[in-house]
Amino acid sequence: MGKYIGESVLRKEDPRLVTGEAKYLEDIQLSGMVHAVVKRSDYAHAKIKNIDTSEAEKVPGVIGVWTGKDFEDVNPMPCAWQAGGVDNNANTPRVLEIDKVTFTGQGVAVVVAEDRNIAEDASSKIVVDYEELPTVVSAEEAIKPGAPQLHENAPNNICMEWECGNQEGTEKALGEADVVVKEQLVNQRLIPSSMEPRGAIADYQPATEEFTVWMTSQAPHVHRLLATAFVFGIPETKMRVIAAHVGGGFGCKIFLYPEYCLVAALARKIERPVKWMETRSENFASTTHGRDHVTQIEVGAKNDGTINSLKVTTVANLGGTLSTIAPGIPTTLYGRLLSGTYKFPNIYCGVKGVYTNTGMVDAYRGAGRPEATYVVERALDLVANKLGMDVLDVRRKNFIQTNQFPYLPADGITKGLTYDSGDYEKPLNKALQMFNYGNFREEQKRARDEGKYLGVGFSTYIEACGVAPSAWIGVGGEGWGAGLWESANIRVHLTGKVVVTTGSSPHGQGTETTMAQIAADELGIPYEDVEVKYNDTLGTPFGYGTYGSRSAAVGGAALFNAVQKVKQKAVRIGAHMLEASPDDVVFEDGKVSVKGSPDQAKTIQEIAGAAALGYSLPEGDEPFLDETAYFDPPNTTWPFGTHICVVEVEKDTGSVMVKKYLAVDDVGNVVNPMIVDGQIHGGIAQGVAQALWESGEYNESGQLVSGSMMDYAIPRTDCLPSFELDRTVTPSPTNPLGVKGVGETGTIASTPAVVNAVMDALSPFGVTHLDMPLTSQKIWNAIQS
Amino acid sequence: MSKHTVSIDINGTTVTKEVDSRMLLVHFIREELQMTGTHIGCDTSSCGACTILMNGRSVKSCTLYTVQANGKSVKTIEGMEEGGALHPLQEGFHEEHGLQCGFCTPGMIMRAAELLEKNPNPSEEEIRWGISGNLCRCTGYVNIVKAIQYAAEKMQKEAA
Amino acid sequence: MIPPSFEYLTPSNISDAVALLQKHGDEAKILAGGHSLIPAMRLRLAEPGYLIDISGIGGLDYIQEESGQLRIGAMTCEAALEESEIVQSKYPLLLDTAKMIADPSVRNMATVGGNLAHGDPANDHPATMLALRASVVAEGPNGTREIKIDDFFPDFFTTALAEDEILTEIRIPSPPSASGGAYLKIERKVGDYAAAAVACQLNIDSSGSIENIGLGLTNVGSTPIRASSAEELLKGKKPDENMLAEAGRLAAADSEPMEDLRGSAEYKRALVNELTQRAIKLSLQRAEGSR
Repeated sequence: MGKYIGESVLRKEDPRLVTGEAKYLEDIQLSGMVHAVVKRSDYAHAKIKNIDTSEAEKVPGVIGVWTGKDFEDVNPMPCAWQAGGVDNNANTPRVLEIDKVTFTGQGVAVVVAEDRNIAEDASSKIVVDYEELPTVVSAEEAIKPGAPQLHENAPNNICMEWECGNQEGTEKALGEADVVVKEQLVNQRLIPSSMEPRGAIADYQPATEEFTVWMTSQAPHVHRLLATAFVFGIPETKMRVIAAHVGGGFGCKIFLYPEYCLVAALARKIERPVKWMETRSENFASTTHGRDHVTQIEVGAKNDGTINSLKVTTVANLGGTLSTIAPGIPTTLYGRLLSGTYKFPNIYCGVKGVYTNTGMVDAYRGAGRPEATYVVERALDLVANKLGMDVLDVRRKNFIQTNQFPYLPADGITKGLTYDSGDYEKPLNKALQMFNYGNFREEQKRARDEGKYLGVGFSTYIEACGVAPSAWIGVGGEGWGAGLWESANIRVHLTGKVVVTTGSSPHGQGTETTMAQIAADELGIPYEDVEVKYNDTLGTPFGYGTYGSRSAAVGGAALFNAVQKVKQKAVRIGAHMLEASPDDVVFEDGKVSVKGSPDQAKTIQEIAGAAALGYSLPEGDEPFLDETAYFDPPNTTWPFGTHICVVEVEKDTGSVMVKKYLAVDDVGNVVNPMIVDGQIHGGIAQGVAQALWESGEYNESGQLVSGSMMDYAIPRTDCLPSFELDRTVTPSPTNPLGVKGVGETGTIASTPAVVNAVMDALSPFGVTHLDMPLTSQKIWNAIQS
Repeated sequence: MSKHTVSIDINGTTVTKEVDSRMLLVHFIREELQMTGTHIGCDTSSCGACTILMNGRSVKSCTLYTVQANGKSVKTIEGMEEGGALHPLQEGFHEEHGLQCGFCTPGMIMRAAELLEKNPNPSEEEIRWGISGNLCRCTGYVNIVKAIQYAAEKMQKEAA
Repeated sequence: MIPPSFEYLTPSNISDAVALLQKHGDEAKILAGGHSLIPAMRLRLAEPGYLIDISGIGGLDYIQEESGQLRIGAMTCEAALEESEIVQSKYPLLLDTAKMIADPSVRNMATVGGNLAHGDPANDHPATMLALRASVVAEGPNGTREIKIDDFFPDFFTTALAEDEILTEIRIPSPPSASGGAYLKIERKVGDYAAAAVACQLNIDSSGSIENIGLGLTNVGSTPIRASSAEELLKGKKPDENMLAEAGRLAAADSEPMEDLRGSAEYKRALVNELTQRAIKLSLQRAEGSR
C-alpha cells in the first residue's frame, strides 16, 4: 500500500493525553453549573412506599430534590435490540424508579446542589421507605416455579426464549455419536471497569428548547437518537451530544443510561447546567455488567475425533431490567458463533434470557462471542480428553479446510452469513513455530515428576467483527432496532489541509491515527495534514459509534470510500486545470497528471485550492472537495487465530501462574501494527482476568459483594506476563481495506486458552472441568477431592 | 476548625488558599487549581489514577486531605514538561504506545517518575512491582513496561 | 466520594495530641498515614468529628538499632522500612512484610504504627510483630507504657490502647547471629489482603537447631494469631520434613479462619499449613546464610 498504511505511526492522540491536557467529562466546567447526586436503592427488590426528601432539602446549598414521580412525563429507556423473531418481555429503567426497584443501585431520587459535596451530604439525608420483596439473583433459580417474580409482563422472569440451528438433527446426531460429552459451563458475570467511570453534563436553552449533553459515550449519535425520539419525545435535532475524551468503555458506554437522561431533564427543569459523575462504587452497582451465562453442552463425536454434533442450552442473566441492547448479546452475538472454526455438521442453541435482582447485563468486550468461543474451545478439549486424543489433533480433524471457503456453517447457525475467508492451520502452525509443543510435553512430564504441574491450553478461535450488514442485523432480521453501517466525511480545505469526520466514536482505540493514515495514503498527502474529528453529533455525519470491532472495518471503509469520491472529483478538476480530458489523467501520489507526461501535473493541494475558490470548474461540478460516504458492510468480518497459554499450578496452595502467553491472530490487513498489537494486549489481559480472577458476585439478598476495586480482582501489573504476538494476514474480502477489526480478539480468544491450560495442568488429578474464575481455592479443592 | 489556610508548592509555584478540612487533595488540584490531568478512578485507593508526587514521593491524592499537604511540595503531570519538551516518561509512553484511553496515564507517569528516581535501571520485574498500584484496563501493561524502559534508557543517557 | 465535615487538628507534640484525645473522646480519631482511615471516611463507614493529625509532631519517624533493640517510630512509613539499610541487612521478615503491603504509593504514606493501631487482623504487621516478639510504646496522660505485642490485640478490630493513648514506637529485640525470618502470603492478587499469611522469625545454634522461633498468622482469626504449638514443637529442634509438616499442621490447628470471598475456612487452614512450612524453611536458609 502507501506510505502510512501498514506502518506503526505514532498516535496523534497522545500529546494531549501524556501531558494531562485532555479533557474528560469530569474535567469540564460550565458557567453556573450545578451538581447532581443520585440516591440509589439499598435493596435488590422492593416496593417504594414513600420517599421523604424534607431533611435533604434543608441542607444549605441544595437547589432541589426530586423523585421518580417528578419525571412521570419522561419515558423509560428504550430497549433498542430485542432478540430477533421472538417476543421480548421488555422492562427497562426510568430516569428514576417510581414504584419499585429490581436491583441494588437503581436510582430513586436525585439531589441537585451548588457543589457535589453538599449534594452528597443531602443525599444521605433522604429517607426511603421500602417494602422489601423476596429476591432471586441466579437466573437458573429465577425460572423455577415459585421464584420471586420481578415483572408482571415476564412470567417466570423470562424476558425471551430464542433458538438457532437444528434441534432435531442435532439430537439425532448425538444419538449416532460414538461418544457424547456433557458438561455445565458457567461464564461468570464480569464488571467492565473502564478506568473512567460514567458521567454526563446537560445544558438547556429554554428559548430554543435545545439541549447540549456531554456524556461518557461510545456512540453519541445513537445516544442522541434514543434520548430524543424515545425518552423525551422531541426531534433529535433539538439535542447535541458530545462525548468528551472517554476513558475506556469496553462496551459499557454504548448504552443509554437513566442518569444521562436525568441530567437533561434536570437541566430543563432548573435551567442551569447540571453535572453528574458517578463514583467507582456506583459504577460497580449501576453500570452494566457482562456475560453471566449458565450453559449445558452436549458434544457428540466419532472415535476418530470428528465432532458430529453440538447442543447448547444457555440461561442468560440479564439483570433486573434491560439495558439498551441486552437481548441481542446472548442471542445473535452468541448462538451464531457456535460453529467456531470447525465444520460441525449439526448445531443447536437454545437461550433463555432471564430477569434477576442483579445489575443490568449487556455487551462487554466481545459481547456474546467470548461466551460462544469459550463453549466451543472447551468442548474441543473435553472431547479430546474423553477420547484420549491430543487437543491439537482434534482441532485439526475438525477445522474447516481452506478449500471450503466461502463456508456456510451448518444448520443456518449464522443465518446466512458465510465465513468469507480463512486458513485456520496457518496461525496454528505459526504459533507452533514460536512454541515447541513436543518439548513442552516432555518438560511437563519431567516437571510432574518433581511435583510441579505445568499445563498448556490452546484456543483456535473465530470471531465475527465489523458488525454488521444492516438488513441482516436489523428489525427484519436479528432484531437490532436500526442500521449498522458507518459514515465518514472528508473535506480538503483551500490550503490543502484535510479534516475527516467520522461516525465512529473512539475512546482509546487510536482511530484518530488510523483514519489519518488511511486518508493521507489515499490522497498522497502528509499524515500531519490530516485532522480527524469525532465524538460530537454536531459536525460529524450520523454514525453508529465504536463497538463490535467495527471502527476500522466499517468506519474505515466508509472513509476509504469517501476519499475515492474526493479523488474522482479531483481528477475532474485536475484534468480541467491541465486542459485534459479526465480519461487522460491519473491520480497518483497526491497528484493528477496527464498519462505519460508526469511533469504535467497538479497537486491535490492545488486542486483543492482551485475547488475551494471555484473560479474555474469543470461544467457540472460544484466548488470544494467535500465528500461523505456511508458504508454498509455486506458481511461481518471473520478474524481467527491461535492463542497458547502456559501455566503452572502450585499443588499445595492451588495458585496459578501464567508462565507464557502467545498469540497469532489473523485480523486481515493491518493499518497500524503498533495499535493492533496494543488492542490484542489489552484484550488478552481482560480475557485472562476472566479465567483467573474477576467475578461479579451477589449474595442471596442481592447485594453486590464484589462492589469495589478491593473486592473485584482487576489484574495488576505484576499479575501478568508480557504477551508474545505475531500474525498471519488473510485480507478480508468484505471491505476495500481488507481489514477485519481487532478490538475484541484478545478477549474472545484468551479465556478458553487459559482455562484449557489449567485443566491440562490438573489432568494428573483427574480434573476435567472447573468453572471460572479459577481461584486458588477452587483449584486446591479440586486437587484435594 | 473545619476551614484551614494551606500553602502548597504546586509544580514550583506556591499557592495559598483556604480549604475545607474534608477537601481531598485531588479535588484541590482539580477543582481549586483547575489542573485536571490528575484523574479520579476509584474511591478505595486502588487504581492510582490520582497519583502525584508529594515531597518527591508518589502518593494517591484521593487518599489525602488537602490540609495534610500544607507546607509540602506537590508535582502533578502538568509539571512534568521541562522547557516545553516532554519528560522522557511522557515521550516513552508516546513512543512505545504505552497508553490507549489515557485515563490512567498521568498517574502511571507520576508513579514511574519516583520509580526511576530510586531505581534508574529497573528490570521488567522491578517495573511491574514498582507500578503495581496503578491500574490500566486498556493496555495489558505490556507497552507500559516498555515505555518505562524507554524512559530509563533515555534518562540514563542524558545523565551520562 | 467525600466524608461529612470534620474538624482537623494539628497538635505539635504528643501531650497536646493526648489532651485532644481526652477532650474529644470517641468522636476523635488519630490520623497517621490515613490509608485505612480516609477510605473508610470516604465511604462514610467512619465519621469522626475530629481528626488529630500527628504527622506534624516531630521525632516519630525513625528506624534505629540501639541497646539490643530495633526502634521504629510509629510514623515511619512502610517505604522507609523497605529502603532502610538496617532492615535490609538484618530484618528480612520486616522487609518481606513491607514489600507486600498494598502497593508502592500506598507504602509511601501508610505507617507501621497505623498498621498496628488499626487493629485489623487482615493487616500484615501484627503477625510480623508477633513473630518478632515486639512490643509497642503507648503514650497517654500518665506518661508512657510498653505493651507486649501478645497483649496488644485483645479482640476483633480492638487494641490495648486506651482511648486517650497514642502508639509512638515499636520495639523489636535485635536478632542474635544466625537469625532468619520470612513473610509469606497468599492473595487473590498481589496487594490484596491475605487469604492467609505466615510470619516466621527464628535463630539457630551452631548445630543448626532452632534456639528461638516466633510464628504469627495473618487474617485467619478475629485477631492476629501466634502459632504457639508449632513454636513449642520446634524450639530446640533441627526439624526434618516430618517435623515441618507437623509444625504446619499445628499452626493450621491454631488458626481460626472464617469463610469469606478469599476462601473457605478449610482452604485457609491448608494455606496456613503450607505457608508455615515454607516460611520456616526460608527462615532457616536465611539464618544459615547470615552466619
